[in-house]
Amino acid sequence: MRSRRASVCYIPRVEGQGSIDVEVGGGGKVRRSEFAIFEPMRFFEAFLKGRKFHEVHELASRICGICPIAHQITALRAVENAFGIQVSEQTKELRRLLALSAWIQSHSLSVFFLTAPDYLGFDGAVSMAAEHRDLVELALRTKKLANDVGELVGGRAVHPISAVVGGFTKIPAKEELEPLLGRLQRARKEVLGTAGIIAGFNYPSLELRSELACISSKDRYAVNEGRLVTNMGLDATEADYRKFIVERQVPYSNAKQSRMAGRGTFMVGPLARVVLNHAQLTPGARKAMKDMELDLGSSDPFMNIKARVVEIVYAIEESIGIIRRLRLDVAEQPARGRTGLPCAGAALTEAPRGLLYHRYAFDKSGVITAADIVPPTAHNSAHVEDSLRAFSPKVVAGGGDLSLQCEMLVRAYDPCISCSVHAVVL
Amino acid sequence: MVDEKPRLAVFKFTGCAGCQMELLRLEDELLQIAERLDVTYFMMAQSKFDLGPYDLCLIEGSVSTPRELEELKRIRAASRVLVAFGDCAVAGCVPSIRNWISQYKAESSVYENTAHLVSFRLQGIGEYVTVDGVLPGCPPHKALILEAITSALQGIRPDLKYHPVCVECKLRENVCILRSLGKPCMGPVTRAGCGAICPTYCRECEGCYGPMSDANAEHLARLFKKNGMSDDDAVRKFRKYAGMTDEFRTEAGL
Repeated sequence: MRSRRASVCYIPRVEGQGSIDVEVGGGGKVRRSEFAIFEPMRFFEAFLKGRKFHEVHELASRICGICPIAHQITALRAVENAFGIQVSEQTKELRRLLALSAWIQSHSLSVFFLTAPDYLGFDGAVSMAAEHRDLVELALRTKKLANDVGELVGGRAVHPISAVVGGFTKIPAKEELEPLLGRLQRARKEVLGTAGIIAGFNYPSLELRSELACISSKDRYAVNEGRLVTNMGLDATEADYRKFIVERQVPYSNAKQSRMAGRGTFMVGPLARVVLNHAQLTPGARKAMKDMELDLGSSDPFMNIKARVVEIVYAIEESIGIIRRLRLDVAEQPARGRTGLPCAGAALTEAPRGLLYHRYAFDKSGVITAADIVPPTAHNSAHVEDSLRAFSPKVVAGGGDLSLQCEMLVRAYDPCISCSVHAVVL
Repeated sequence: MVDEKPRLAVFKFTGCAGCQMELLRLEDELLQIAERLDVTYFMMAQSKFDLGPYDLCLIEGSVSTPRELEELKRIRAASRVLVAFGDCAVAGCVPSIRNWISQYKAESSVYENTAHLVSFRLQGIGEYVTVDGVLPGCPPHKALILEAITSALQGIRPDLKYHPVCVECKLRENVCILRSLGKPCMGPVTRAGCGAICPTYCRECEGCYGPMSDANAEHLARLFKKNGMSDDDAVRKFRKYAGMTDEFRTEAGL
């Protein structure tokens, strides 16, 4: 058997600029397995130094146009932790609603526009629409609904403007949120209805024993706060993150790679969350999980795709619950905290693609002196390489299209490459 | 050929993909656009691509590597109408804040080993090639994107706004954030197009659409300081979305 090489110099249908270089030798031995990120560097952590505490979330938002909401909420919580600011329950609920809208938006884009074309045999959603118009329209409706929720709560869907340190500059009125309920109900039904199609995709399989990591909280499916947990027994506070997760630089990529200190690579994202926190899912999400026969013992990266559908349903049902429950005090002003002393704070949240970490240190006038940001794709990038290493000999042995199959594997993680270039410690 | 569809290309350089996301927010129009245009390059959305020529080319992001510069010149030569799509492509947006830090300092504060890094100070695409149109905003509102696409399809000048955010703000009957509440609002020097969302959400404009034509940044900075803002904070205010532009660079400390 001759050696095979897959070299994808610009991976399509993922956010940002990344490449794959995999080489499998004649005997099935993997000679190279690189997931490189050539996305240009933007040095966020360098220029955040010298900026003020109240603009951190606004600037950090610009790390990523797909998950700006996750970066904003994480930055806000890190700042609030640093200054000892306690936000109201209403703020927590509205932030949760905002974050869930980002999950719905991002997951529906990933599942229906970036992933589905692989399994239905198209090069993109536009050509897929010719034969699967209903599916594409359903996905567009769901995405639009999510953006409308984000716009109402955050003022704007891409780079929201009303979430600030301590709360919101404007609270939406109950009468503005309630009209969304009917659309959310419909979307819930429609997305549940796609479970059969998504489950029917001909997934390659890749059984790996992996460490899965996410945040988890006692009371509900963790989104914006919780303890860092893994399926191998880690249970830590967000402040202790750096004791357990370390990074290293690799010469072929602009993104650093994360590892569990003393162990190895790990996977973050929808599958990790569903596996670790499934007991807190809503009934519809559990039904989706059952309909798609999602195996909770699995750490197959391809199963992230099914997990995304489960989480779309969860996010819709939870949003319905929040809108119904909320008693909105529209006059509420953002909470304030103490200033005047140097301080530091960290926060962990779940971005659509998984675990997101921000930490900032401030001087006594609230100016940033240090920043540390680790996005989900930086957490996952070493795991992607492990997966490619395990997966590629199987593809070669089975006579499959190595480049395409490797691309599909990378897309299953839904990497967000613009984000990933900012994994850094100052 | 008469019935050949115009060809659209969407490129991303140094940026966050938010402008492409805003383009994808045209959920009601996307399929119609796809019927009238042939999308020939859009890596985030589809696998097939070709290298031109393009009738309309949207470039998101700024230029910060030699590879991008080379690519930009190639794309310019292949494009009939080339649009700087969003603030990064116009003048560097938020990431341009790093242009005030030396290259070595920026690199070494982020990476232990800087030997293999290839990057230079970032600039808008107009620094290097002729640009036919400019879509301001971080991100440009989807209505502006639609306007740019439809007018390019018809071969007419797009109806973009050149007046300040204040005009949109008055039309929404907001209380003046600057005069009445004394908050440091960038509205008077910032180009309209967003619909004055920040003042409508009870907060000051941060200037994310960049300068309006003929902006008087110097006067506004003086007003901020009169209202108690420190010199450093005033610099931060102008060195955010458009610090590199001619209109803001003095106040941004260049």
